[in-house]
Amino acid sequence: MTPYRVSVHIVPRKGLLDPQGKAVTDALHTLGFAAVGDVHVGRHLVIETGAADATAAERSVRDMCARLLANPVTEDFEIAAVVAA
Amino acid sequence: MKVGVISFPGSNCDEDALLAVVEHLDEDAVLLWHKDHDLQGADIVILPGGFSYGDYLRAGAIARFSPIMQEVVAHAKRGGPVVGICNGFQIACEAGLLPGALLRNASLQFRSMPVTLRVENTETIFTRAAEPGAHLIMPIAHGDGRYTADEDVLDRLEGDGRIVFRYVDALGAASAAANPNGSMRNIAGVANETGTVVGLMPHPERALEPLLGSTDGLVLFRSLLAGVHA
Repeated sequence: MTPYRVSVHIVPRKGLLDPQGKAVTDALHTLGFAAVGDVHVGRHLVIETGAADATAAERSVRDMCARLLANPVTEDFEIAAVVAA
Repeated sequence: MKVGVISFPGSNCDEDALLAVVEHLDEDAVLLWHKDHDLQGADIVILPGGFSYGDYLRAGAIARFSPIMQEVVAHAKRGGPVVGICNGFQIACEAGLLPGALLRNASLQFRSMPVTLRVENTETIFTRAAEPGAHLIMPIAHGDGRYTADEDVLDRLEGDGRIVFRYVDALGAASAAANPNGSMRNIAGVANETGTVVGLMPHPERALEPLLGSTDGLVLFRSLLAGVHA
């Protein structure tokens, strides 16, 4: 087993009303960042886990996302990074 | 009849739900700790309001894994009645007992205020004593109450009559102005396929005394008895 740090982004599902994202977008526009389109506010998790290799670490975290970390009704997730710790 | 009210760390409406049963229905009720492994013979389970496990990760997401919830899910699968109020509704959705999810209020504000509900289905364990279309006034107190589901799920719920409560205005219109949290289709509560599991964001246990402004919650709690003593 090798220790890995796996980073996950969890964001509201596309198309769903994202009031936090909208509030941040509006604030950025107020600050003059006129080029900003949509902002999506989600969660970033860093999971330290042991695994045989990077592929196994990612597979394991995908399973965690499906079963607990993301709500499949309202959220999408993406694995942002898998690095040996 | 015996009602089991689940106490999670962070539940804050469990005592109110217990009192609703004991004082207003004159029935037996027991608090069940989240680490318990049996329902102590409860015929009906109430998942109360609060902030179980600090709402960490997502409201209701962690509570679903507590030992007592395995018993509650088994009870529901046997056709046992379960009522989820506020955080209890969020937990029931996370546990897969009810469809959909409750997201951050569209206003981003915690809303604590009375709302008007229209009873859309009187064939559930929590509404069978109510008149169809009745308007009930009771408080909400939540930051994450925006009911959300896929459009095809919503259509199916609509078609099967599983939308139990809607937020309406004084004239009975399910308008945007009457919707306190941006819930899709003004949904305040839904039921499972058999009407034995009901979840709602408003607090009927806080609408039982004239002093508190409304007694409209009584008819919902009385519904729990309708099948038992009928």
